[in-house]
Amino acid sequence: MLLELKDITKSFSGVDGDVEVLRGVSLGLDAGETLALTGESGSGKSTILHISAGLEVPDGGSLHLEGVEINGLGEAERANLRRSEVGIVFQQFNLIPSLTVEANIGFQAALAGRRDKLFESELVEALGLSDQLKQYPESLSGGQQQRVAIARALAVRPKLLLADEPTGNLDESTASAVLTAMLDLVGRTGAALMVVTHSAALAEKMDRRVRLKGGVLL
Amino acid sequence: MTNTILRALLSYWWRSPLQLFTFLMGLALATGLWSGVQAINSEARASYDAAAATLGEGQFDQLVPRVGDRIPQSVYVDLRRAGWLASPILDVTFKGVRFVGIDPLTTPTQMSFSSGSGFSLEDTDLIFGNAEVASVLEGFVEVTKDKSIPPGIAIADIGVVQRLFKRNDLSRLMVLPEQPIRRPDLVKIAPELVVQPSQQIADVAALTDSFHLNLTAFGFLSFAVGLFIVHSTIGLAFEQRRGMIRTLRSLGVPLSNLLSLIIVEMGLLVFVGAVLGILMGYTIAAMLLPDVAATVEGLYGARVSGTLSLRPEWWLSGIGLAFLGAGMALAVRIWQIMQMPLLSAVQPRAWAIASAKRIRGIAILGMILLGFSGLLALIGTGLGQAFALIGFLLIGSALVLPWLTIKLLDFAPGKGVITSWFWADTRQQMPGLSLALIALLLAVSANIGVSTMVSSFRVTFVSFLDQRLAPELFVRVEEEKTASALEKYLLERELEVLPLLTVERPVVGQPAKLYGVRVGRTYRESWQFLGADPDVWDQVSKGEAVIVNEQLARRNNLWVSDEVDIAPGLNLPIAAVVGDYGNPQGQVVMGELLFRKLYPNAVATSFGIRTTDTADLRKAIQSDLEVPDSGIINQASIKSMSLEVFERTFAVTAALNILTLGVAGFAMLMSLLTLAGMRTPQLAPVWALGLTRTRLGVLELARALGLSLIVFICAVPLGLALAWALLNVVNVEAFGWQLPMFFFPADYAFLGGLAILATLIAAAWPAIQMVRKPPATLLKVFSNER
Ligand SMILES: Nc1ncnc2c1ncn2[C@@H]1O[C@H](COP(=O)(O)OP(=O)(O)OP(=O)(O)O)[C@@H](O)[C@H]1O
Ligand SMILES: [Mg+2]
Repeated sequence: MLLELKDITKSFSGVDGDVEVLRGVSLGLDAGETLALTGESGSGKSTILHISAGLEVPDGGSLHLEGVEINGLGEAERANLRRSEVGIVFQQFNLIPSLTVEANIGFQAALAGRRDKLFESELVEALGLSDQLKQYPESLSGGQQQRVAIARALAVRPKLLLADEPTGNLDESTASAVLTAMLDLVGRTGAALMVVTHSAALAEKMDRRVRLKGGVLL
Repeated sequence: MTNTILRALLSYWWRSPLQLFTFLMGLALATGLWSGVQAINSEARASYDAAAATLGEGQFDQLVPRVGDRIPQSVYVDLRRAGWLASPILDVTFKGVRFVGIDPLTTPTQMSFSSGSGFSLEDTDLIFGNAEVASVLEGFVEVTKDKSIPPGIAIADIGVVQRLFKRNDLSRLMVLPEQPIRRPDLVKIAPELVVQPSQQIADVAALTDSFHLNLTAFGFLSFAVGLFIVHSTIGLAFEQRRGMIRTLRSLGVPLSNLLSLIIVEMGLLVFVGAVLGILMGYTIAAMLLPDVAATVEGLYGARVSGTLSLRPEWWLSGIGLAFLGAGMALAVRIWQIMQMPLLSAVQPRAWAIASAKRIRGIAILGMILLGFSGLLALIGTGLGQAFALIGFLLIGSALVLPWLTIKLLDFAPGKGVITSWFWADTRQQMPGLSLALIALLLAVSANIGVSTMVSSFRVTFVSFLDQRLAPELFVRVEEEKTASALEKYLLERELEVLPLLTVERPVVGQPAKLYGVRVGRTYRESWQFLGADPDVWDQVSKGEAVIVNEQLARRNNLWVSDEVDIAPGLNLPIAAVVGDYGNPQGQVVMGELLFRKLYPNAVATSFGIRTTDTADLRKAIQSDLEVPDSGIINQASIKSMSLEVFERTFAVTAALNILTLGVAGFAMLMSLLTLAGMRTPQLAPVWALGLTRTRLGVLELARALGLSLIVFICAVPLGLALAWALLNVVNVEAFGWQLPMFFFPADYAFLGGLAILATLIAAAWPAIQMVRKPPATLLKVFSNER
């Protein structure tokens, strides 16, 4: 199994005491498998994604990526893993404002030391970003920024692709182009894909669907 | 990977050249302030040395001919062979310029002509003089300009002067302070010479030491302000890149790589900023100080005549300052990054002080420090505690300021909706603005402190010279016979003669000098007292009371109307205490009649003479009474010379004002710019509700104006307190006397105007940005929540 979450719990301290967001979430994902994660706003979907990427540390439970227990790793090892094995599309995009679109797209791949210009230009083409390459993120629309974030995650050719509402800002046809690009990568490299989405249409296209409610998966 | 990270880090500066500029400027201003103060301090030192050299020319015993003003060279040779350590001098006056030929190899090192003041006579045929002397002598000889030489004097190697005027003799011999234990009597070797004891006309050494101490204190103050700016600048750069750092880490950049690259990046930038700052401080100081040029040689400390020299220590300490400040700031920020959860909110936080609650806590701490400072002012002793007092005062006031400003804003006028929104909004911005306001406070109060201190020095120094050098001519004779003849001669000419009667004797158990003075117009008019009975001079002339100097009074805890013992079994009340900045010793001044009665053996051999015609009288005394020229001193010209030399130093105030205000204005600009960036989300709703962008821009200006006014109002008492602490606490601890403090309201008002102007300029930038902000940017706030 590529990704395995077992009995993950997580709470955040809020204004009036701790809020238990995840109360024992277990989830497995094989290579080449796709999964849709749905749930109400604020139910903890992004939190699951962040924990899976090793960005957030769970309070309890275990987390294995390619058989390695992530919770036991140090900061540097987590970073290494994230850099080369995980592609993540943030809900807030998290582009680097001072780099051009082109540099943003190639950024993580360059960090991981596996930049592939040819593949990048395919992605750019597929996601319809050819005209924006020299621009800076601030001059892009929300949907364009979202596609840049997706291209950046795909360009790494990660084993695990995590996407938080990747089509939230997109019209139907662009959304389907984004979906195709992601599925294409899964098909080509055998990556696993976990998508957080409110879109039933997108969820339909995934192998499996899970729903988060009251801190557990249904 | 390193490359990729570094490129991302640097891309930030690339994309925001404005931020890069402010970052470098912040560092440059901080180091510039420091190196500028250093340069000014050294310039002041050189001026004071030159003045002291002029005033203390008679600080060594001299050998002068009994008759005439020439000594054959052979006499000098004989003396040296016999073991006398003396240095030959040849004085020749030509075209109103006094050529002083000295022997650089034997001149005493304490004499600042030969040391420390910019030029060296060894192995050179050059003649040195100031610019004025050079122009007088143009066409006659080539004069190398050197600002450290007193006016009206040209200095050269004695051989050069001898050749120039075709002379082969000497005018006088300076007796070095260290002499062999056994040396033959002067009468045996050179009976034609007499020893003229050293006569310190007005020794300003202690006064100048005190001035330097105070300037050094301000140097440290500027160091602190500099550290503060560097700290804030770095903090700002980190705040602005918080989001990027977070993104980098979430994309898998290991923390350790990121941190080490940030350190390298910052190190490079800090170095560049510091070097720029040193150049800037040096140039500004040179521009503001007359007669001084900035040259490349001067920058690395070479002493070139007419050049401001910046010693390597200042280079290094300036760069050290930048790195120290940067290191401290970096340590804090790196610690924050390490604590920062990977996914914490990206919203940049305001510059440093976070919340209103913390402002109150910090203010309480500040008040405690102010309390300590007050306590030290009351009961502290020792120089260390005096400086601690100043430190607590500064830091305490800085910490109290943000809270005080919020309190003062409660009194702000306003009824309308917009006005009350405006003040509420201003209060809310205080956490973000507080560091800038503190910087402004420190800068303005340092300015007020410096100018008060320097100007008080100036007033004190001038009146001290007026008092001590009131008689235009000063004559010293060798024998009692000549002395009484001289006095009779002068009195016949109906001149005011002031015989100098003095004995040394312990007073209140400590060695002191007693003076008998002939009370007359001169004393009544030119002496100023620190404390006095209304009819001081009447009491003194009647022999009913005495005047003591401040040192004696303070050391023994005496003041006006206390009594001192001036002769065995005779105690007299103190009628006045006089400021004396010339020497550490106690002095008691009494009326001439009383003095002569108490000490009948003391004879006056020195006389001060009031005259309007110094040149004629001088000639007359020389020819009629055969007093050698070297026994007559023209105090009037010495006074004007030293005043002239001093005037240069007072340019320091202007230089410091400009530097510190630049720094303050800059700090203001930096925080206003940061706030402007963060405030779009807050302004957008107000804009959407119908306030034009122009109106918003104008309101931003009004805010800056109001805040800087409040800061200025706080800075005046703080600056005065600083000056007070320096003049009255530090000075007393270090030198035993206080300097009277004078107030210069017009200067403060001018300074206030400048400070407000600086703030307005700083506020104009973000305000213009506001006015020109495309509506789309404001709209974006609503369209997506980022
Ligand atoms: N860093 C944090 N500190 C405190 N609370 C947090 C933090 N991150 C998330 N939460 C809280 O955890 C809960 C789940 O957040 P999460 O972002 O995972 O929700 P979500 O399901 O992704 O919502 P949405 O669909 O709106 O994106 C929310 O109530 C949120 O307020
Ligand atoms: Mg979410």
